[in-house]
Amino acid sequence: MARPTIYPTMADAVADVPDGITLIVPGFGVGTPLNLLTALHQRGTKEITVVQNGAAQASTDPSVRNVGNLIEDGRVKKLIASFTAATHPSRPSITEQMARAGTLEVELLPQGTVAERIRAGGAGIPAFYTPAGVGTLLSEGKEHRVFNGRTYVLEEGIVADYAFVHAWKADTAGNLIYRHGARNYNPIAAMAGRTTIVEVEEPIVPAGTFSPDEIHTPGVFVTRMV
Amino acid sequence: MAAVIGRRLRPGSVVNLGIGIPTLASGYTREEDDILFTSENGVIGYGRVATPEEGDPDVWNAGGQQVTLVPGASFVHHADSFALIRSGRLDVTVLGAYEAAADGSFANWRLSNSAFDNLGGIGGAMDLVASAKEIWLAMEHTTREGKPRLLDACTLPVTSPRGVTLVVTDIAVVAVRDGQFVLEEYAPGYTVEEVVSLTGAPLQVSPDVKEIAL
Repeated sequence: MARPTIYPTMADAVADVPDGITLIVPGFGVGTPLNLLTALHQRGTKEITVVQNGAAQASTDPSVRNVGNLIEDGRVKKLIASFTAATHPSRPSITEQMARAGTLEVELLPQGTVAERIRAGGAGIPAFYTPAGVGTLLSEGKEHRVFNGRTYVLEEGIVADYAFVHAWKADTAGNLIYRHGARNYNPIAAMAGRTTIVEVEEPIVPAGTFSPDEIHTPGVFVTRMV
Repeated sequence: MAAVIGRRLRPGSVVNLGIGIPTLASGYTREEDDILFTSENGVIGYGRVATPEEGDPDVWNAGGQQVTLVPGASFVHHADSFALIRSGRLDVTVLGAYEAAADGSFANWRLSNSAFDNLGGIGGAMDLVASAKEIWLAMEHTTREGKPRLLDACTLPVTSPRGVTLVVTDIAVVAVRDGQFVLEEYAPGYTVEEVVSLTGAPLQVSPDVKEIAL
């Protein structure tokens, strides 16, 4: 069985991540792989296409770097997300400022479409039809089709060069368990990365420690762990 | 507003609450009504906003508030959470809005009509409104400058071109039926005439119109 490689540090796990990659970043308040993002920021990887729920506000804690920091520091070429707006409309977010200045490309999507594009990519499905966004600006110019009298819009699956994942527990076979709402995008991200790198909260335990029934993501989807 | 929404949810409903006032509604339902609240992030079966003592750092609603879990709660990943939504299992979605129109359309994701530059805050709203059985809005009746937010037609880009059935504002509860706004309740301190004058589209008055009970 192909086992994932366990790295001693976050920096080691991302040491060869090149410029120009597509990267899926899970997280919805919690469950964001902040340690891997911080290491990637330190490494200096740039020209990244990020797929994320929404553009995070840049972290003001210098020991933690998130996608907001990567955007602010010009490392992100394109953002695919369901939110770019700041919480207060009169103060544009860094994402909005850079997009308007032409230094950041943005693709805005309904949130369920972001999730399903990742899921489909990881499941080997190239495209799917969804009702979300039909009749709005977000579906303009996209292929539409009627099924059973209802109109749907075509969206493509996403397979990323890299997926970063935040897990609660893991074993040496790469089997992952997430905690509560920190699960969010993590299981589908893990399946949609050509290289999937996982940061684990608790110490990695020997394979066989968990019951196979408990496992959320099988280790076959995991490439590297820290 | 949250209390009005909480009271109107029917027993046994499956409900998604949007960011802002709507998320507070989970604190205003009766336990025996057995209403199931789900959140986009895959938390199925949450209760009220948690106190610091009862909160868990990994249990949040869509508005980023820590919430309690009810007995029978479960967690799913994001794609399954939206599978629940898109497959039509949601009875009601309650969302915030900038504008609502008598034709059942509403706008809540973009405050600009300039050329579409791919910016905005759509979140899960378009998935929710595409498939929920009912769309309710919780919103201000007017802008800070006193301009109506309930209109004949939306002026901002729409989130959904149709489907709103109920609008709960700071001064009124308005049903949307057959392309018309119908006043069902008004807030204490306001008259029916005042609510009508603050509405930017014809407002029918229900024969059963009453003051909102606080």
